[in-house]
Amino acid sequence: MERVGPSIDFTSTIGEDKANMVVAAVFPASSLSRKQSEILGSILQGIPRGALTEIAGPASSGRTSFLCALLAEATAGEEFCALIDVEDRFDPSSAAASGARLSQILWVRCGGNAEHALKAADLLASAGGFGLVAIDLADTPAKISRRIPLAAWFRLRHAVENTRTALVSVGACVHASSCSALKIELRRNRAIWRGCRLLDGFETIATRVENHRPAKNTLRLAR
Amino acid sequence: MAVLLDCARYFSPLIEETPPDTVVFDIRGLRAIHGTTEQIAQKIWLRVGIPANLAIASNPDAAIHAARGIKGKIIIAQGQEASALAGLPLNLLGGSPEFAETLDLWGLRTFGEFAALPSMGVAARLGDEGVAMQRLARGEGDRLLKVVKDPLEFREEMEPECTLDLAESVLLLAGRMLNDICARLTRQSLATNEIHLRLKLERAPEYRMVLRLPVAMLDAKVFLKLLQLQLNQRPPEAPVEKLFLELKPVKVRTTQHDLFLPASPEPEKLEITLSRIREMVGPENLGAPVLVDTHRPDSFLMGSLAKRKVHNPPPQLKLVMRRFRPPVRAQVWCSPRGEPARIVSSKIEGRVIACAGPWAGSGGWWEDHPWDRAEWDVEITSGDLLRIHRNVRTGIWAIESSYD
Repeated sequence: MERVGPSIDFTSTIGEDKANMVVAAVFPASSLSRKQSEILGSILQGIPRGALTEIAGPASSGRTSFLCALLAEATAGEEFCALIDVEDRFDPSSAAASGARLSQILWVRCGGNAEHALKAADLLASAGGFGLVAIDLADTPAKISRRIPLAAWFRLRHAVENTRTALVSVGACVHASSCSALKIELRRNRAIWRGCRLLDGFETIATRVENHRPAKNTLRLAR
Repeated sequence: MAVLLDCARYFSPLIEETPPDTVVFDIRGLRAIHGTTEQIAQKIWLRVGIPANLAIASNPDAAIHAARGIKGKIIIAQGQEASALAGLPLNLLGGSPEFAETLDLWGLRTFGEFAALPSMGVAARLGDEGVAMQRLARGEGDRLLKVVKDPLEFREEMEPECTLDLAESVLLLAGRMLNDICARLTRQSLATNEIHLRLKLERAPEYRMVLRLPVAMLDAKVFLKLLQLQLNQRPPEAPVEKLFLELKPVKVRTTQHDLFLPASPEPEKLEITLSRIREMVGPENLGAPVLVDTHRPDSFLMGSLAKRKVHNPPPQLKLVMRRFRPPVRAQVWCSPRGEPARIVSSKIEGRVIACAGPWAGSGGWWEDHPWDRAEWDVEITSGDLLRIHRNVRTGIWAIESSYD
């Protein structure tokens, strides 16, 4: 396993527009070492196209922040993205603060129905033309997410094979086992509080696991 | 006339309607498609389908006179118009009643007899009308066609012999109607972005459906598929007696692809995909989010997918939230200092390890549903980092979102 570390520092401030309560996790470059900036860049730009990537971790470990950063990167590249939100937890204002262009994100709110989510993902992956198709299973109960058959993941992967679509799944744990080409496992290290009045952010450890690839491969979004 | 017009439209868009019984159209340029003039004439003859006369000439008036006066099929070579029309009776020439009476008094009976008169004499005795009529008698007209413009209404209606119970039967008829309308749109180089379907039902209110497409399209199969998905979602409540279908014409979509920009979803394919997904999750749960210009938390609308030029911050890794919709009611025990100490709810519970707040937020006091809350960021023993709030007016606590 290749550990991307030692740790990634999420630094947040309550955003400029306090009344909107947008939490802007400012990541001042000056506070990052050069190596951490490179590692961060490699994570964001190393998601393979035409394959399945899983982002897994417990609650409040940084999964959604990574997903929103991916959405921001993809939409900044003039691509359309699709987000299948099983439990309807996506926050558009946070994503916009991350730089995601909301008008280029197709948001499918499934109201807790995982079956609809998988069908929608299959339809969108097969339709083509999307740079990123993401399925957010982060809050789906484990008893439901574990019952998703492996065949469903293989079918989804097959739908994006040899295309320019990156398929990303976000969950509490990895679901697709050998079907995914890349796994990013997150674990929060510690929260960072500024005095008793402000949550600055948290540290999270991202572990990158690649299947069937040489260890030296860098994370990239193939162009 | 409708049959003649239909036949003419098959061959050319430049058609003149010459009532009561004649249609003239331009066949120049058809050589590459249909072959020689003789072959074109043969194809027209076969297509017209009803007893009619066909004449091909170098100008419209000569063709009209030949078709009206000569039975069957005739092709007049250029320069031979006078001899071809010479035997036609003068009552086919037209002109004012006085002019016709004058020619009759002179004992003239055919095109050829009138054409043979000296032009100066005709001009002196019959004036401009006489000159113009003599040119027509000689087959020398050179005017342009007065082209018929199709009214830009693209609608069809169909009343089947018996009422239709099954959606498949409705779709079968709708498919034929769509093919006809799309063919008319194609002839006019138009497309559509709005489809109106009305079904007259047996002993029930009229069924109406409007399909609004994101871009101009012209694919009858795609339209039929979209209609099918809509009918599956909302089937008519009674058998169908009559169908009305209308497509609103718009200019054809022109897109300039860029070699250096990534491909986007094909509009036709995407629209069918979105219709299928809409059928599953509901139309209100599908779209691109649009932030509403308000300070109220979690305010957005669902819009359509598009590339819009708005100012966006650069992509960056930021701490984002996951919203609970609706916020989860919670019981919160506070410390003597007023800070949350323990949270219990249907989804999350735990002891508070650290917290920050309160941050006050309020607004919309002029609306029906104002908000006034005190917000806290808390970390609990389960590992969750949450934003919770207490409604200042009601005192009710709720978990608004989690940081992830």
